[in-house]
Amino acid sequence: MSFTSRRNLFFAGVLGFAALFLWGLRGLPDFGRYEGVYGLTLNKVGVAQTHATNLVAAVAFDYRGFDTLGEEFILFAAVVGVAILLRAHRDEAATDDAKEKEDEGRSVPHTSDAVRVLGLGLIGPTVLLGLYVVVHGHLTPGGGFSGGVVLATAALLVYLAGEYVALRRVSPESLTELAESAGAGSYAVIGVFGLLAGQAFLTNVLPLGTTGHLNSSGTILLINLAVGVEVAGGFSFILAEFLEQTLLVRERV
Amino acid sequence: MELLHGLVLVLVAVGGTAVVFTRDPLAQSMVVSFYGILLGILFFVFRAPDVALSQIVVGAVALPTMILLALAKANQE
Amino acid sequence: MTFLPFAIAAWLFAVGLYGIVTSRHLIHLVICLSVVQSSTYVLLLAIGYRTGAGAPIFAETPVGAPVVDPVVQALTLTDSVVAATVTALLLALAVQVHKKAGTFDPDELDILQG
Repeated sequence: MSFTSRRNLFFAGVLGFAALFLWGLRGLPDFGRYEGVYGLTLNKVGVAQTHATNLVAAVAFDYRGFDTLGEEFILFAAVVGVAILLRAHRDEAATDDAKEKEDEGRSVPHTSDAVRVLGLGLIGPTVLLGLYVVVHGHLTPGGGFSGGVVLATAALLVYLAGEYVALRRVSPESLTELAESAGAGSYAVIGVFGLLAGQAFLTNVLPLGTTGHLNSSGTILLINLAVGVEVAGGFSFILAEFLEQTLLVRERV
Repeated sequence: MELLHGLVLVLVAVGGTAVVFTRDPLAQSMVVSFYGILLGILFFVFRAPDVALSQIVVGAVALPTMILLALAKANQE
Repeated sequence: MTFLPFAIAAWLFAVGLYGIVTSRHLIHLVICLSVVQSSTYVLLLAIGYRTGAGAPIFAETPVGAPVVDPVVQALTLTDSVVAATVTALLLALAVQVHKKAGTFDPDELDILQG
């Protein structure tokens, strides 16, 4: 199908979509007057039932914990997919192309001193910020998902401030794989605690503690830690897989 | 706060259009990073600090990094 | 004026879809897909908003105060991070396609090799 005919077909489709969308919008309540009963009920009883002050985390990891388990396994499957795709690539390159590349006179670009110093200085605060966001997920905004990505960004800073070899020493391949698998598995195991206590899967059966303290809200804190470990391991693994090609070039220069 | 909401929404629409109409992927990664920050501001104005935090970390840092790494990996062959 | 957030969500969806349909570079296509995903986040958060309400974090605000809906925020929160990982998978696919076919242009990828 040629470019213009594809584009004209798209415009016809989007006109139909716009008509249906405008017709459907007339049934929605106005912006700002949402009357969802589920949300209103949770606002009133959520803090008392789970002893967690961050109601979004309570909804994501307790009331709707099963949906978040599914999302976490989507993340796990995507990381496994990246590993399968790029590892086969790396094995082929190591046998055929790497020996050709070293003759081409390709030089690895130098990083400036400002980048290295700033990157080195920011690694410590980034790790601290990531750990803080993960651990305080049930009290303040944040949680396992955001904190895990911040921790993976710290691994990227190691690569920027030094070389790929330093990154491999700080987060070796086996450690990131172990972290990611352990995080994903721990979420399911924490759900089994509810089964062992005679209730439904993923029920909050651990002692709830005092509202506002760090050690409160039962399984929500444990699930936050598990998700933080998994997301940090998963993103570090993806970054290292994408960076793997440069290792072959650097070792020969 | 209606004016603030309307202003940030229009900025997000302009940012999304800019992301699509930047055809070169290298320039597009920078535009998508800026669009991620605009979305973070929009989520903050809609009283969603959790979502804004996730969006800024993912959309302004992790996503452009992966795009640049994919481009570098493909161009090294 | 109360119509604007939903109209902006529809506009982002349509513009991102236009970028996917008329794309000439696979990585440009993947980024336009992330624009389409962001339109769903805008729609969800616009639905859950209540005028004059605060954020659903009760660390400082008392429990009875009006807050916006927390359920749509929980949906959007997990979706942001997971969508980035799926984008990484799509980028790895694009890199493999470039290795096998030598080009990033979707119009030239019409040969199925068995």
